Amino acid sequence: MTTTYTVLSEGLEKRFGDVRALRGLDLAVAEGTVCGVLGPNGAGKTTAVRLLTTLLRPDAGSARIAGHDLVREAAAVRRRIGVTGQDTSIDGDLTGRQNLRLFARLHRVRGAAARAAELLDRFGLTEAADRPASGYSGGMRRRLDLAASLVRRPEVLFLDEPTTGLDPASRTPVWDAVRELTGEGTTVLLTTQYLEEADRLADDIALVDRGRVAHTGTPAGLKSLVGTHVEVVVADADALVTAAGVLDRLTGAEPSFDRERNAVGAVTGDPTLTLPRLVRTLDAAGVPLLDASLRPPTLDDVFLRLVGGPGTPSDHPAEDEERAA
Amino acid sequence: MSTWAYDGTAMFGRQLRRMRNNPGLLVLTQTMPVSMLLFFGYVFGSALAVPGAEYRSFLVPGLLVATASGGVMTGMFQSAQDVHRGVTDRLRTLPVSRAAVPVGQAAADVVVTAAGTVPFLLVGLAVGWRVEGSALGAVGAVALLLLFRFACVWIGIFLGLLTRNEEAAGQLGGATFLLPLLSSAYIPTEGLPDGLRTVAEWNPISAVATALRDLFGNAPVPEGAAWPVAHPVAGSLGWCAVLLAVFVPLAVRQYARGKR
Ligand SMILES: Nc1ncnc2c1ncn2[C@@H]1O[C@H](COP(=O)(O)OP(=O)(O)O)[C@@H](O)[C@H]1O
Ligand SMILES: [Mg+2]
Repeated sequence: MTTTYTVLSEGLEKRFGDVRALRGLDLAVAEGTVCGVLGPNGAGKTTAVRLLTTLLRPDAGSARIAGHDLVREAAAVRRRIGVTGQDTSIDGDLTGRQNLRLFARLHRVRGAAARAAELLDRFGLTEAADRPASGYSGGMRRRLDLAASLVRRPEVLFLDEPTTGLDPASRTPVWDAVRELTGEGTTVLLTTQYLEEADRLADDIALVDRGRVAHTGTPAGLKSLVGTHVEVVVADADALVTAAGVLDRLTGAEPSFDRERNAVGAVTGDPTLTLPRLVRTLDAAGVPLLDASLRPPTLDDVFLRLVGGPGTPSDHPAEDEERAA
Repeated sequence: MSTWAYDGTAMFGRQLRRMRNNPGLLVLTQTMPVSMLLFFGYVFGSALAVPGAEYRSFLVPGLLVATASGGVMTGMFQSAQDVHRGVTDRLRTLPVSRAAVPVGQAAADVVVTAAGTVPFLLVGLAVGWRVEGSALGAVGAVALLLLFRFACVWIGIFLGLLTRNEEAAGQLGGATFLLPLLSSAYIPTEGLPDGLRTVAEWNPISAVATALRDLFGNAPVPEGAAWPVAHPVAGSLGWCAVLLAVFVPLAVRQYARGKR
């Protein structure tokens, strides 16, 4: 059986003045799957989404969305997509319900009122439904935005950093909605700066760096390629060597020392290394253990490993710190 | 119903709902002309002589047109706000016909303006303004006023899509209050120095104000004025046609192409 690609782009290029936001973007998203477009700030994720949703015209390259040419059949593409952009896009002067009814009508949804009520309920907005959206919290706006892109079940859903800036409790309904949609056959392309989010949702990941896809693979593949960080902190400097020996045996990797903190770390690709096993082994070896941690790889680790650098320098240092935290 | 009309109607409804939910701008644009009528009417009215008319009867049509020219501001503010809030982008990803969004906005604005002239004209009646011509003339005057408003809103929509920024639109919009000052909206142009008079009479507001005064029978067409004012009805229709022919395509194109 041949794979049908619902989103297929070749060599997409976009330039803003001197900035080459996209430098030949190739993406292939198989029907019914979730593709996580992963990259740091400024990598070109938003530009890619804006091109693929007909908001911007590519300078070069081409793409087909659900079988239709992005530029020549833009109207047909618009009938098949749902979009939640990076910034909210709802009318604050209208209530949540009025927003959804309007978009449902424009999508030619029969029973627009019923559909609006159903979505409000699903995203926990029923109580706030008849208040102007300008008074909604960030999380509520984001959910209303997502609801607005689902008024008619789209064949392809584009989500640009759907959970950036949301508290963990507000992320769950967003993730649930994505899973439910894919269960019903919708293809999803979502961008994110969080490896963890891509890991939870995506079947495939496209790592974007400086306007190009630098690497593709499955989340598990990507993670095992980079490995888990193991770090232990010991009570006195003398125990560091013993601890390093244990880590060496467990991970088979060269340990690295942080002598100021009496810490030693290593990277492992071994999924059977759990925290209890680590602690037990260290304890058995008589290491005076103060702290031990297993940290899953972050986007920064992935970039360090695969691109050999920290990725695109960001225009937003504050967000970078958030990401590193 | 065709796609275009269906989408336009939906956008029209949205625009009305939006104004109802957030009536601040509406209240401002409605109370402004009333207070100006009372202020100008009684302060300037005692000092200004208008050839062949009572000042307050001269002022009422002038203020109607000056208020209609505020459509530039309203249109600009609303469409800039839509761009700024991302609403325009969402609409652009929907299968909505390109002209429907600005058309719905302009049409809703004209309907609201039409409703707004009623309280204003009641105050006008209270201060002595009357329809002194034929009923048909009066109907023509209102129709011309709304046509002019329609044209002004399209200018605003284009500028709003161009500036893309609520604050900038607000500031630029404030400047539109200056436009009627250099026209015959508040004062007769006959008394102005030659150069200034020519500029004022080529201001579209002057042609429309003169046409309204003529159709309502409030004041005669001034002698020796520039062509659009000397032939006010034809001049006004001409101005509206030119403005619409220029700004409708510009606005629709700007809407469709977005941020590039
Ligand atoms: N409208 C624009 N004008 C100028 N530069 C832009 C514009 N949009 C994006 N860029 C630039 O293009 C690059 C990619 O941006 P973007 O697609 O927003 O990245 P991401 O979404 O991955 O953070 C950045 O360097 C950004 O500054
Ligand atoms: Mg972005």
